[in-house]
Amino acid sequence: MIELQQIQKSFKVAKRTAGFWQTSRALFQKEYTQIDALSDITFNIQPGEMVGYIGPNGAGKSSTIKIMSGVLVPDSGTCVINGLTPWKNRKEHVRNIGVVFGQCSQLWWEVPVIDSFELLRDIYDIDQAAYRQKLNELSERLTIGDLLTTPTRQLSLGQRMRCEIAASLLHSPSLLFLDEPTIGLDAHSKIAVRQFIQELNHEHQTTIILTTHDMQDIEALTERILLIGKGRILLDGSLKDLKQRQQDHTQIVIEAVHGNFQAQAGLTLLEQTAGHYLVEVDTQQLSLAKAIESLAKQLEVTSLTVKQPTAEELVVNLYQEFEI
Amino acid sequence: MKAYLSIFRVHFISVLQYRSAAFAGILTQFAWGFMLVLMFKAFYQSNPSAFPMGLSQVTDYIWLQQAFLNLFAVWIFDHSIFTSVTDGQIAYELVRPLSLYKHWFAKTLAFRSARTLLRCFPPLIVALFLPEPYGLSISQHLPLFLLTMLLSTCLVIAFLMLIYISTFYLLSSTGIRTLVMTIGDFLTGGIIPLPFLPHSIQHVIELTPFGLMQNVPLRVYSGDIKEWTIIFPQLFWLILLIVFGQLFMKNALTRVVIQGG
Repeated sequence: MIELQQIQKSFKVAKRTAGFWQTSRALFQKEYTQIDALSDITFNIQPGEMVGYIGPNGAGKSSTIKIMSGVLVPDSGTCVINGLTPWKNRKEHVRNIGVVFGQCSQLWWEVPVIDSFELLRDIYDIDQAAYRQKLNELSERLTIGDLLTTPTRQLSLGQRMRCEIAASLLHSPSLLFLDEPTIGLDAHSKIAVRQFIQELNHEHQTTIILTTHDMQDIEALTERILLIGKGRILLDGSLKDLKQRQQDHTQIVIEAVHGNFQAQAGLTLLEQTAGHYLVEVDTQQLSLAKAIESLAKQLEVTSLTVKQPTAEELVVNLYQEFEI
Repeated sequence: MKAYLSIFRVHFISVLQYRSAAFAGILTQFAWGFMLVLMFKAFYQSNPSAFPMGLSQVTDYIWLQQAFLNLFAVWIFDHSIFTSVTDGQIAYELVRPLSLYKHWFAKTLAFRSARTLLRCFPPLIVALFLPEPYGLSISQHLPLFLLTMLLSTCLVIAFLMLIYISTFYLLSSTGIRTLVMTIGDFLTGGIIPLPFLPHSIQHVIELTPFGLMQNVPLRVYSGDIKEWTIIFPQLFWLILLIVFGQLFMKNALTRVVIQGG
């Protein structure tokens, strides 16, 4: 469904040091540096997949989304989505996609939400019956029925985001790009948005590509993760794969009444405060079972917890591992 | 087509909401109109035969210019278009199955006509009741006036589209806006009617699209221009600017850099 091959995009950035003379000189002779936003992006996505596209700020996530949605033209490489090249067949291509850019709004600021929706109906030329049905479905699912007559500028962020998502789906696209859809939302709204996205993927087999910095989004939603950094895809796999990759070092938190911790091969003490120990086990050298056994001998344990790394930590570790 | 009509409608409605801005605009236009009328009256008192147009033709020109300022002035921009390019909002306009050129054209047309509808009536009505030769007379050439007004409106927008599109290449549109504001206003007859300029300058201006903007309908109204063939150069420039604008847009979009995000 989506095939990207060696997509490249660089930007020219004007370079100038501070100060009056430098600025005056730049009037006549500008110096540019070439920034490779994307240097080699290659991946495939099958219909119905839900993919999390992650990476630090400036890694090129949004650029990739913009290329796939036909907004940005890459310097080289091919991108075929449903048989079309987005930037060459822009108008045809965008009929089948829905886009939510979390940082901007696609609703017209001054008019009630319903007016924006009706404008979108006309823009996508959706027939009245299909529009009615879709609108009912979306307003029920996203609980926006009461908001439709409110002007967009008076909606809260959470309310607006639900309306944004509805707006991107009115024309029943088979592919949905969500660029930071939960940015700035409270916990309640986040959960509502996530749940809706999940249902959408299950019921309509909508292919969804999601960029986010919120790892809970990734954990709740996506099976597959694409990690981008320095303009290339560094990792393509599931969250489970990721976890396994980093399972070599497991941390154990222990509360103990008394006893003495003795370091041994594969067992290191990371932290110790009165009665509280944080121990790291290198499972390549010492199995978890053995480690616990040995710890139980040394200390009079009252509580023991094996720490699972959170998705957040996994990603931080990944960023460190790839030095991005 | 339906899509562009809807875009027109939404923008038209949203502009109509700004009542206090319109009220302020009306006051300014009255003040400006009276000031110009008094100024020309002073000139005409000294030597009425020295001028290319009669005083009542000039006052017609002034009152119509004030009433339809938002249709004809080349320095009135829809700022939301500039900001959409600089803040990245444009991305949303590009993910629609629409031509961005037509989209902006419809949007600008809505913006200008809605603003005009809100503001044109008070100056027109008051000017109709002012004593001769200070007020607005009833035109004998209304059909041609309306036709050339429509063409001028589109011609101004087709020209402004070039300014809008140039924002893709420039970091800030302030410079080009200021340039258009001063030079454009002079060339279109926004400061003084074009017949008041020396003949040689006037002839040169009439070869450009600027001479075919407000200069035409405002003078058709009072019968200063009578030939209906004036619509041919207007049509010629309109088509040329639209074709050029669309090519310009096409080129801009292949090298556009969406800022932010």
